[in-house]
Amino acid sequence: MTEDEIRRAYIEELVRVAPDLDPAEIAGSDHLQDDLELDSMDVLNLVIALSKRFGVAIAEADYPQIATPDLAAAFLAKRV
Amino acid sequence: MAVFKMPSLGADMEAGTLVEWLVKPGDPVQHGDIVAVVETQKGAIEIEIFEDGVVEKLVAELGQSLPVGAPLAIIRAPGETREEPSDVAAPVAPQAGAEAISPVAKPVPPVVPTAAAPTGIPASPAAKRRAAELGIALESLTGSGPGGAIVLADVEAVARAAQPSPKPERGAYLAEMRKAIAAAMARSKREIPHYYVTHTVDLTAATDWLSATNADRPPEERLLMGALLMKAVALAAREEKAVNGHYGADGFIPSAAIHLGLAIALRGGGLVAPAILDADQKSLRELMEAMRDLTMRARAGRLKSSEMSMATLTFSALGESGVEAMAGIIVPPQVAIVTAGAPGAQPLVRDGQVIAAQAVTLTLAADHRVSDGRLGSKFLTALDAKLQTPEEL
Repeated sequence: MTEDEIRRAYIEELVRVAPDLDPAEIAGSDHLQDDLELDSMDVLNLVIALSKRFGVAIAEADYPQIATPDLAAAFLAKRV
Repeated sequence: MAVFKMPSLGADMEAGTLVEWLVKPGDPVQHGDIVAVVETQKGAIEIEIFEDGVVEKLVAELGQSLPVGAPLAIIRAPGETREEPSDVAAPVAPQAGAEAISPVAKPVPPVVPTAAAPTGIPASPAAKRRAAELGIALESLTGSGPGGAIVLADVEAVARAAQPSPKPERGAYLAEMRKAIAAAMARSKREIPHYYVTHTVDLTAATDWLSATNADRPPEERLLMGALLMKAVALAAREEKAVNGHYGADGFIPSAAIHLGLAIALRGGGLVAPAILDADQKSLRELMEAMRDLTMRARAGRLKSSEMSMATLTFSALGESGVEAMAGIIVPPQVAIVTAGAPGAQPLVRDGQVIAAQAVTLTLAADHRVSDGRLGSKFLTALDAKLQTPEEL
């Protein structure tokens, strides 16, 4: 998977967790909590979805690595 | 025969517009089934039924604005013969529903409720109907109901996943929600003499226990500090009963059950506080699951009528980043709200030394008609004690 494909998949899962987000308006540098107003429960729901989709273990210590679409794409690309 | 009426939709929500019927005459219904969807200021709310029986007739029509208490349908109890109930002939809610009531019941073929779908897969009638409408095979679904039965939420979850819901006029929706919040909060501040007590709780034990517990768990089994706080609030409410219940015309009525409302902030300025029923009886895992489910459904605008009206106490947390404390406004007819600032390192005094430790500042806002500061202090002290033994939560 390319980073672009991963970024698209990440945004798909993100919008599933928070259906009130508009995927067209999510920038690669948007921070889940600071910009997109997700709470810790949403972040956990996203981690669950990403772990399943990519078959990658995401430890609590790794949460900062998936905090934006760009960061997540880079992080996941190394692991899938 | 029983008249199934529009249930309460929560504080200061007086009406809802019927947008969907999920049952039709002849369908068997059971306690807890979702039978209709109404649109309210706080989004779409799924209306649950609390009787067992068979739908005799749908009284309310799609598009009608229905006040709380308006007749929605007539339900025939199991074993009962078809007969028009006497009290539905008189219009219950003059401006809504009355015209829709026909004086003569249409003949309905007798329906024998079946325990399971013809496929042998247990599913609620509403779930079966919705699955059929959407062309989803019951075999493809995982049931989350009693005994693994497929319930409507399971079907809706799959339907939603397949088809991202549109976001019509979100601004207008949030403006309406803001009006509902304004009405409930203004009423609260007008009627309820609030008092406040605040206490900072050392979270060292809870933080360490949580990290150790989560370390070897897959994400779907991980706990959040919010779940520990919720459980501790529910357990403390068991000890100090004057924070848990409803205040009505006859004064305060404490509740034996602890239905803990969870405040969930929505993007753009919305706020809902649906209830987790019997929160004190749930394990941390169950509580966490319930919080996760509630958060997702709140975001999707799909909460249930019981969740909107049954909370006996509310908990609201700022989340993991933010300021250190927040004081809340009680949601009527409740008599207390517990709020948490962001947990983080704070200077605490331990053994005469100032140390930096993980801590959270909790505030109780309570109704002075029901309790006093001394009780509030005991409540927060009990809550503190619960959080010092996280393994027992």
